[in-house]
Formats: sequence, structure tokens, C-alpha cells
Amino acid sequence: MKRIFSPLVLPITAVVAAFLFGGLIVWAVGDDPIFVYQLFFSSAFRSAEGIGYTLFYATPLIFTGLAVAVAFKCGLLNIGAEGQLITAAFATAWVGLMLPSWPALVVLVLAMLAAVAVGGMWSGIPGVLKAKFGAHEVITTIMMNFIAVGIVSYLTQYHYRRPGDAILETYPIAEVKDGAVIGPHLPRMHALLAPFGINFPEHIPLNLAFLIAIAACLIVYVFMWKTKWGYELRAVGANPLAAEYGGISTSRNIVIAMVISGMLAGMVGINEVLGYRYRYYDGFSPQYGFTGIAVALLGRNHPAGVILAAILFGALQRSALFINIFTDKVSKDWVVILQAVIILFVACEEIFRFRARRLRVAAE
Amino acid sequence: METLTSIINLSLLASMIRISTPLILAALGGLYSERGGVINIALEGIMLSGAFTAAAVTALYHNPWLGLFSAAIAGLLVSLIHAVASIRFRANQVVVGTAINILFLGVPPLVSGALFQSTGSTPQLPREQTLPDWNIPLIDRIPVLSQLLSGHKPIVFLALLMVPVTHYILFRTRFGLRLRAVGENPEAADTAGVSVEKIRYAGVLLSGLLAGIGGAYLSIGQNSLFTRNMTAGRGFIALAALIFGKWNPLGAFLACLFFGAAEAISIRMQGVVAIPVQFIQIIPYVVTLVVLAGFIGRAIPPRAIGQPYVKEK
Repeated sequence: MKRIFSPLVLPITAVVAAFLFGGLIVWAVGDDPIFVYQLFFSSAFRSAEGIGYTLFYATPLIFTGLAVAVAFKCGLLNIGAEGQLITAAFATAWVGLMLPSWPALVVLVLAMLAAVAVGGMWSGIPGVLKAKFGAHEVITTIMMNFIAVGIVSYLTQYHYRRPGDAILETYPIAEVKDGAVIGPHLPRMHALLAPFGINFPEHIPLNLAFLIAIAACLIVYVFMWKTKWGYELRAVGANPLAAEYGGISTSRNIVIAMVISGMLAGMVGINEVLGYRYRYYDGFSPQYGFTGIAVALLGRNHPAGVILAAILFGALQRSALFINIFTDKVSKDWVVILQAVIILFVACEEIFRFRARRLRVAAE
Repeated sequence: METLTSIINLSLLASMIRISTPLILAALGGLYSERGGVINIALEGIMLSGAFTAAAVTALYHNPWLGLFSAAIAGLLVSLIHAVASIRFRANQVVVGTAINILFLGVPPLVSGALFQSTGSTPQLPREQTLPDWNIPLIDRIPVLSQLLSGHKPIVFLALLMVPVTHYILFRTRFGLRLRAVGENPEAADTAGVSVEKIRYAGVLLSGLLAGIGGAYLSIGQNSLFTRNMTAGRGFIALAALIFGKWNPLGAFLACLFFGAAEAISIRMQGVVAIPVQFIQIIPYVVTLVVLAGFIGRAIPPRAIGQPYVKEK
């Protein structure tokens, strides 16, 4: 019991502290904190619709949270998940656009592979720069983020945009006709649950990508904790000098960790393009890559923790719209602030450790 | 050739100086923090806090100087969060920086909504309530220089002045020596009786002060209101400039001018030459990657950067 509960104590304390702080902010701008939190819980968890959307918003965060966690286990901070998922999402749509007459199932598989490959390539560059030249991955991934935004927005704007389209997006790769999707796409939860006699609301975009995300968590768990490769990767993260002394190549593992990290981040493209919008939509990501840092941190860089943390952040994102509409003064930006406060509190967990130690000393 | 001369001229250089100003201030700010051993990727969020505070305070009290002062204080306070978290509580500096950047995507619209009933932007300020244009008496009479340096906002001159001042502080004062010492070898500095914590606090707070002022330039200098996410990555470009300039004041200054020139040219070229703006926008980032890979002289960061200092008992 203790083994399961003790790692949960600090993250939960941090989240509770952040929620209290968030309540103070609501009060300060002149609204009722209790009402806001009621809105949060009821919109995110009270109905099948709410839960569906919460899990839909959690899906990309599971991918980015895992991505950050894997890199972190190797001692790397991948803050480039944003760029990796943007290029990957574009590549996913690009495969669909390039192969319009191929069988949908083949295109679907190729598009998913493209997402993973391009995500991994985009993180592999900083990985190689770190391994070969010692360039700090934090700085290089920031640069790669901006380069990704530039290149993808150029390609979308100048080469794959439907003429006259007011929105910066590519041509669609699949289209909805009479309630059915024609073209390469992932089935939605409605279609997946129907054979079991479960009636899940049809309009909710939760799709197979969510199950892929859960599977990714399992695979990452097995890889990291049950294989020799995962062990080597973690050894480099724990103590690179000792690992090198023990015959483990740090530079090789740095590249491997970064590539796996980017592949996971790239899977966001699968959810976005093949499961949701069926096109590349410029600026689709509300900072999924950065929220992934919070998810990994809160989830203690463990796949199970990542799922729980992603659901919390997914719920926050789901409730943002409701909080925006149904309160007088609090805008959806409050949710963004709350996310940042959670990261700060988790990052400064020393605060809580400190207090705990002091209390113990006082008790003695 | 004609298009080239129509793009490159004195007014382009003047606009390069204007565009570089917030970058110079933020990059020099980042320099104080990073030379002391604290990574500061929060420059973006700090600039946003300064830009918003300047516009909001000026809208409320109709005085841009008060707005500018408040922006500096705001930057200072935000960097204090960074300092307390990363120095006092030894949190991961990059994570804290990321949190601050996310925080200030949210805080300005929320506060703006509460104060002005608009989450998109602060109220438009009348021109006389933004910072004035200054002419420097002597330079005013010199032909080429006057075109380059006259009629800028006061913050532009502050930024230009801060380059030699920072160089002097860093390499000619006791504080500068100590700052570099705690960034390179905190153990040795500590043994020599320097308080690593205090010096690092000073470095991070200076970064907040300067980046806050840099942000104010955007909202009450170049523009006359604050809009959502108005820094648009300038904090990161400043960070890139700092690295491109190899953590040296003069180098960072030249890098800022270079990135500023790239932006100034891209603005001029819109509609003139058919090169997509995106290509010019990514220049700073590509150049920084190339520098980091060691192709144009290696950029070596301060040795103890990113590591919290734990004093031995």
C-alpha cells in the first residue's frame, strides 16, 4: 500500500494547493470560486458527453506527457514536443493528400507511420546535436519549435491550401457524407462501442487514438522497466558517468531517448488529423507540447501517472468553455493560469517537503 | 538592384534599431541571469508581464512614465517567482521558466477582462499618452547619425546605453566578477566567501527588470495598447541572440541587431519580393542551431548553468 500511495502524496498536495490558489484568483476578480469548481466538475465528469470530451482532450496530453517523461528518464528535457507534434500532424495530412486514390486502410497505416517517423526525426536532430556537439537540448528544441511553425505554416499557406479558404488549413483527406466518413480515418468511440450495445454520443470526437494512447503507455512501461534498452536509458539519466563506466553509451542513448520522445509526441498528429479534423489545421495545438511537461511532471514521469495527470488537464480544458460562458468575470484564461500554477507547485515540491519536515521536527 | 536599394537604406537601419530594442533589453537581462548560472527561458513571460502592465497602468492613470515604471516592477516581481523557485526551492529552472511563460499567456487576458471588460486587448491609448519621441541634441545635427538615432522612444536609448554598461558591470566590477564566478564555479565562489544565493538572486532580478522594460516598449512605445500574446516569441529570439552572441554583451547586441534587421527586411519585403515571410522569420532560429552545432565558432554556456547550488554543510 505504502509503495503505491507515497509517490501520490506530493503531486496531490501540489494540485490541491494550486486549486486553492486558483480559487483565490477567482475570488480576486470578483466571482464565486465554489461555483467555478462546480462548473469544472459538472462539465468535465458528470455526463457521458463530459467524460467523452475530457478523454478526447486528454489523448494528446497522454502522448506529449509520455514523450516528455521518456526523455526525462534519460536526463533530457524535451520542450520541443510542440514542434514535433506540429510537423508530425502536417506529415499525417500530407500522406493523405499525396495518395488520394489509394485504399483508405493503406493510407491510414502509412499516415500513422508518417506521424511517428516525422515526430521522431524532428526530435532526433536535437538528440544528435546534443550527443555529437553537446548542444543543450532545451535551447535546440525551442529553436526547432519555431522552425517547425515556420515551415509548416509556409507549406500550408503556399502549397496545400484550398484557394479562397479563409482559414489556414490544408485540403481535407477524408470527408463526412450522410454521417459516414469517406477516406482514411480512425473510427470514433461511437462506432467502436456500438457493437457492444453501448450508445455513446456520436458527435463526440473521442476516437481510437485514445486507445492507442493507453497502449502506448503500456508499451513505454514495458520498454522502460522490463527491457535491457530501457534499463540502459534510465541508467544514463540517473548517472551518465557511471553508465559510461559500466559500458553504456551515453550518446547513443541520448539519441534513442530523443527519437522515442518525438515519436510519441508525433502521435498527437494521429488523433488530430485521422481522428478529429481530417486535415491539417494551422495552430491546432493549444500548447499540447508545453502542457505535456506539466503532465509528465505531475505524473512523476510514470505512464500510469501520465494518464491520471492528462485526464486532469483534459478536464480543465473541457471546462474552460463552460467557465468562460457561465461566469461573469472569469474567462477561459483562468484555466491556463491554473495549469501554470500546478506546474509551479509541482516543480517547487520542496515547499511541501520542507513544511512536512518542519512539522515533524516540531512534533518531536 | 532597384528593389534592393529600395529595401536597404537608412530608414531600414533606423527601423532595425527600433525592432531590436526589446530584444536587446531582454537578451541583456537574460545575460545577467545566465551568467550567474540560472537558465532563463521565462524571458517571454516576463516581457508579456511588462507589456501588459505598462499598457494597463497607462490606461488607468494616463501617464506612460508611470506605466514604464510599473512594467519594470512587474518584470522584477515575475523574475522573483523564478528566483525563489529555482534558487530557494531548487526547482528545475527550465520547468519554472515554462510555467511562467504559460502563466503570462493567461494572466493578462484575465486581468484585462476584469479591469477593462475586454480579454482581447487593453484600451487604445491616445498618442500623447504613449512614450514620447526623443531627439538627442548633438546627434541631431550630424546628417547620417541623426537619421539613425533621432526621434526614437526613450527606451531605445536606454537599450543602446545598457550594452556598454552591461559590459562594464560584467567585466570591470566586483559584482560582475562574482556573478561570473557563481555561474562558472559556485563551489569556489562559495569557498571564497561569496553568497551564491544572493548573487544569483541579483542576476535573475536584473533580468526581470530589463525584460519588463523591453516588454513595455512593445505596448506603450511601438504600439499604444496590449494585445494577447503580443511578444510573439521575442523572448525566445532574445534567448537565441544571447546564445548566438556567446553570452557576451556586445555579441548579444550584434545578434539582436542582426535578428532585428531580418525582421525589418521581412516587413519591407511584403509585397515587393516574393519570398515567403516564414523563411525570414525562422532565420534567427536556424542560425542559432548552426551556432550551437559549432559551425560558426562554438557557443559555450556558463559551466554551472541550470544546476541549483546546494551548499555543503
